[in-house]
Amino acid sequence: MIEVKNLTKQYGSKLAVNNISFSVKEGEILGFLGPNGAGKSTTMNMLTGYISSTSGTATINGIDVLEDPIAAKMHIGYLPEKPPVYGDMTVMEYLRFVYSLKKSKMPRESHLAEICELVKITEVRKRLIRNLSKGYQQRVGFAQALVGNPNVLILDEPTVGLDPKQIIEIRTLIKKLGKNHTVILSSHILPEIQAVCDRIVVISSGSIVANDSTDALAKNMSADHKLVVRTEGSSDDVKKLLSSIPGMDRVYVNREAEPGVYEYYLEATQGKDLRREISKKLSSRNYPILMMKSNELSLEEIFLKLTTGDNYGGVDK
Amino acid sequence: MLAIMKRELLSYFTSPLGYVFVAVYYLFSGLFLFLFTLSYQSANMETVYTGMFFVMMIMIPILTMRLMAEENRQKTDQLLLTSPVSLPRLVIGKFLSAFAILLVCTLIFLVYGLVLSGFATVNWAIILGNIFGMLLIGSVFIASGLFISTLTENQMISAVGSIGLNIAFILIDSFAAVMPAKFLQELFSSLSFFAKYSQFTLGVFSLSNIFFFLSVIFIFIFLTVRVLEKRRWA
Ligand SMILES: Nc1ncnc2c1ncn2[C@@H]1O[C@H](COP(=O)(O)OP(=O)(O)OP(=O)(O)O)[C@@H](O)[C@H]1O
Ligand SMILES: [Mg+2]
Repeated sequence: MIEVKNLTKQYGSKLAVNNISFSVKEGEILGFLGPNGAGKSTTMNMLTGYISSTSGTATINGIDVLEDPIAAKMHIGYLPEKPPVYGDMTVMEYLRFVYSLKKSKMPRESHLAEICELVKITEVRKRLIRNLSKGYQQRVGFAQALVGNPNVLILDEPTVGLDPKQIIEIRTLIKKLGKNHTVILSSHILPEIQAVCDRIVVISSGSIVANDSTDALAKNMSADHKLVVRTEGSSDDVKKLLSSIPGMDRVYVNREAEPGVYEYYLEATQGKDLRREISKKLSSRNYPILMMKSNELSLEEIFLKLTTGDNYGGVDK
Repeated sequence: MLAIMKRELLSYFTSPLGYVFVAVYYLFSGLFLFLFTLSYQSANMETVYTGMFFVMMIMIPILTMRLMAEENRQKTDQLLLTSPVSLPRLVIGKFLSAFAILLVCTLIFLVYGLVLSGFATVNWAIILGNIFGMLLIGSVFIASGLFISTLTENQMISAVGSIGLNIAFILIDSFAAVMPAKFLQELFSSLSFFAKYSQFTLGVFSLSNIFFFLSVIFIFIFLTVRVLEKRRWA
């Protein structure tokens, strides 16, 4: 379990992380999302005790990282932004070194062999890390975080530099690990977070702008009361007809989607579901509905909306 | 601590650095032995020991230059500093790795003693005392080099900075000579690294000198830990 309270980091006059609070439950995968320079790595470095916070606290399984760093670090596996590997060691030498650093009590060789299998580096385990490709070095970095089987995993952009097939494999692995580990995963790639995480914290310029479950975030932001409708018939007539529905705030003719078929953006008063009225109204005049869907924002749009300051009501702040 | 020491030793000997260091040390010490002792048909190694002070002063910074600087540059310090290892253990592990190499180097003097005993009577107490003295001053240079290495990401700066610092240790004597007041002269002389080391070469085994060098080693290790600690608070 990870608990972050009012965490702040100031570099000189630059506020890198501004008073953020969130928590991650046992067995939860939290996505830490934000554009470049948002403060993701800085936060992770504070969680793992690499740097100290200016103020605020971070606790790992109930242990304050600053008060009892050694005990807290026993529970953490950390993959920093740049994998902390030594080029002059072979993969196995390196993992054995990490094993003794972490003071792991697990049977060494079988434990390390298992990790190598998990991140698929078994075939390179006798090679010098310096001679491995960037993707493989990244995987060795990932392997390092798993040594000693810590129950909290903090992964800073774990799929950077991997090929698409590997990305999918690593995501699957993280999902699997998420079942019995507490995981924080940072990324600026939305589909990645969406595919893997139970919950998303969006951070922008050092502050949290959203903190919600992946589904809820999409739902909250995507206004159910906004619809896209396509129907046949004169656009003026349809516009007048739809505007007459009580509760309809705005009707906007977007474009002619097919010959004689227009697409309309409809906006009802917040929280009102007008789909039935619309359908009845149109069929009363024999205008066939060719498409109707809620104007759901993709996570990309939500992300941009959140991080460019165009804040949306209903989002947990 | 042992893990860190082992890793550093591995790293010394996967690159040529470790071998070259030991070879150059043997070369210089052997050369000094030949020039200052064997060629005079004497068993007095005083000048050899004095020479080794300067050899170590220049060479040990090359041994210590990458100890922390390379970690800083490659960001591998992120692994060390987020592992459940205390900072003093981390620093002492690094120190011991360089010390192990120094030990391998210095023990060559046992061999030199044997060589000399072939044609002269050697005073083993003095040889052992000087091996101890060389290990002690070498450890001072290791500790100062390790400290400088922590301050930078650049190995060259680390090496040059450490050599500079070691030269400053020597210059303490010259400062003492130009001090205006008598008590300042005495103060500086009492801090002289070279004067204290010279006593070993003369066969004087003084506890206060040993204590002095041990304190200097301790101070530099302490400062190194402080720098690592303070960096987190930057
Ligand atoms: N050591 C430092 N000294 C001064 N400023 C720093 C330092 N480290 C980070 N910063 C600043 O703090 C801010 C947050 O940086 P951080 O690396 O946490 O961003 P990030 O979210 O990880 O970005 P990215 O997606 O690019 O990895 C940035 O504006 C950065 O310039
Ligand atoms: Mg980052």
